Amino acid sequence: MSENASNCIIELKDVVKSFDDTLVIDHVSLSVRKGEFVTLLGPSGCGKTTTLRMIAGFDLPTSGQILLNGKDISLLPPNKRPVNTVFQRYALFPHLNVFDNIAFGLRMKRVVNTYRNPKGEEYTRTEKLTKAEIAAKVKKALEMVDLEGFEKREISTLSGGQQQRVAIARAIVNEPEILLLDEPLGALDLKMRKEMQIELKAMHRRLGITFIYVTHDQEEALTMSDTVVVMADGVVQQIGTPTDVYNEPANTFVADFIGESNIFSGTVTGKRKVRFCGKTFDCVDDFEKNEMVDVVVRPEDIVMCEPELGMLKGKVISVVFKGIHYEITVQVGRYEVVIQSTERREVGETIGMNIPAQEIHIMKRKYTSNIYDGVITKRNTVEFADGEFECDVTQLYPGSHLDEEEYLVTAQGEKIDLTGTEVTVEVGLEDISISDDAEAGGAQGHIISIIYKGDHYRVIVRTDESEEDFVFATDDLWNENDYVSVIIPKDKIKLTLKHTEEKAA
Amino acid sequence: MIKKCLKAFYIGLILLLLYAPILLLAVYSFNSVNTIGTWGSFSFTHYIKLFTDEAILEMIGNTVVLAVSAAILSTILGTAGAMGIYYSRKKAKTLMNGANQIPIINAEIVTALALAITFVAVGLEKSFFTLLMGHMVICTPFVVLSVMPKLKQMDNSLYEAALDLGASPAKALFKVVLPQIVPGIVSGFMLAITLSLDDYIITSYTKPSTFNTISTYVYNATTKGNAHTAVTLSSFWALTTIIFVIILAVVLFANITGLKNKKKEAHE
Repeated sequence: MSENASNCIIELKDVVKSFDDTLVIDHVSLSVRKGEFVTLLGPSGCGKTTTLRMIAGFDLPTSGQILLNGKDISLLPPNKRPVNTVFQRYALFPHLNVFDNIAFGLRMKRVVNTYRNPKGEEYTRTEKLTKAEIAAKVKKALEMVDLEGFEKREISTLSGGQQQRVAIARAIVNEPEILLLDEPLGALDLKMRKEMQIELKAMHRRLGITFIYVTHDQEEALTMSDTVVVMADGVVQQIGTPTDVYNEPANTFVADFIGESNIFSGTVTGKRKVRFCGKTFDCVDDFEKNEMVDVVVRPEDIVMCEPELGMLKGKVISVVFKGIHYEITVQVGRYEVVIQSTERREVGETIGMNIPAQEIHIMKRKYTSNIYDGVITKRNTVEFADGEFECDVTQLYPGSHLDEEEYLVTAQGEKIDLTGTEVTVEVGLEDISISDDAEAGGAQGHIISIIYKGDHYRVIVRTDESEEDFVFATDDLWNENDYVSVIIPKDKIKLTLKHTEEKAA
Repeated sequence: MIKKCLKAFYIGLILLLLYAPILLLAVYSFNSVNTIGTWGSFSFTHYIKLFTDEAILEMIGNTVVLAVSAAILSTILGTAGAMGIYYSRKKAKTLMNGANQIPIINAEIVTALALAITFVAVGLEKSFFTLLMGHMVICTPFVVLSVMPKLKQMDNSLYEAALDLGASPAKALFKVVLPQIVPGIVSGFMLAITLSLDDYIITSYTKPSTFNTISTYVYNATTKGNAHTAVTLSSFWALTTIIFVIILAVVLFANITGLKNKKKEAHE
């Protein structure tokens, strides 16, 4: 523990944050080593900024702890934390010039100085920094960001890149233990951004302090970080080095979000054997036989060859020139495979493809079926996930049937009123369809995720009220954030009674 | 050509309608006679009277002291209120914004009567204090209204940035938030002064009987057949002229400095 504490500068322990019943951060645990460059990466709304704000102290966790050097700082106000932030839109003080902006933190600072009185006794005094000290520190900070001589300039006269540098100088001049950066390069143009990435990385090396960086730009994250924390939906999806998260994504979300990828549904057919795209491949991951898995292959890892020499054979359906490489889409049976290669192929050409065993990455499937808690209504329908669906209630009691008054009669001839019965509802991934007619289905929600899996899309629809997810496969392309209704055929809803014995007891 | 002439004529007519009465007053304020319509000779009689009559001087003093103190207090109250409303949750925000509108939209006579009745109900005798309260009631909502847009314009993370750099919430407020909204506070203050200076209705319902401001004094002088009415009234011509000249100067100054600032900004 003590060794852990000395090594680790900040630690989030099971942190939960909700705003007015909306869960934003869902049990996040994270530890950051001293001097590390950590990036929180994820799409907008994934909770990365909220996590940063909790470390800075602007938001307080609903539950859980934030430890700084082993001490709990969860409830400490931001001005008491040895942490400084570079804000997304810089948040420079418009009424102060560059010097006063950078000196702001230094002027707030109080240091304890030790003096010796004439009798030779030591005493301490809490004092402000002197003007000369402040001026020297500001000058050094300006040198650090290459803005020597800008002291007297007004903020409004600076360009975006210069404002960015002032914002960084204003934070690092306080010598924080941790520097937090909230999408600091978001407002800059591409070229400027690339330059600042390199400068920030160099600054990190020179200062030797911990950087926690928030971005939605996966390339930025991979280029700059020691460790990448991939977040989605308020949950940490994966923590690892840039190489790890790229080569060994923990799930389909990470694979889809970071870099380009081919994602297929597959089955493990034996020891280090996996079947997808209608072929069995050798691979390097060990899974249980017959386990349903997700398979990820990066486009640049697919090797093109003569048609008869390849494991897979298909027809090129599109070729796009991307500068350094061509992006070639190949139709293999009913699957689409994307390849990145410096070699050019013609549309219509038939080619063969091989995938080296170490480039096939296999992941446990997160979703195998949808399971909900439901309640039977008096109309013999079932309510779950903010919706009401028609179902066959006779499956709850083998051999039962419904009488003319719609009461359930069991095989023993017992009449049961099912109203209010709690059941577990199971729906397969293939059994859900959606419609943009809100009235067509039993429940409504917004599409929160779409992932292409070679021959179909895996879509997740989330209901608005209780945020239940419907996961399913579809051939149609929808858009994220579409408002749709969920249709489930009556015979595809599988019901089982929930702890009936306990209830009876 | 005709169009141009018509344009000039139209503008001239409007300006004449707006300013002729004041100009008339200004001209007659230099008349040696006390009646409008007959011109005696050019003299400063009315001005001399204005600055020697103790009753008039006291009443002017009252008005200024009242306006300045009401404006200062409502500016503090209104600024704090605007910040409170701005940082409230959405529901409370809408509610308080609505509540702030009511004194503005409400007929002044209703507010005045309500205030008078309330003072009686709680047993407060009419005094400078009740008068001051009355003026704050009408001024504060306007201060809130003029500070609010400045808060909305401000980048929200400025306050957080100040905290982040080690400022206590109070320091962050005074060193970072306040400087951003100063223009709103100043215009709120000016608005409050103007409102208080020319208010008659609230004043007449909340003032003690022996206390007079310019507006109540003029009103009393013009309605009740006072013995020295004519004499006093004529010195008001002088007062009106002075007030008009002062306002003219203030407006000109504000516009010219505004122009200069804009030019300066453009140069930078």
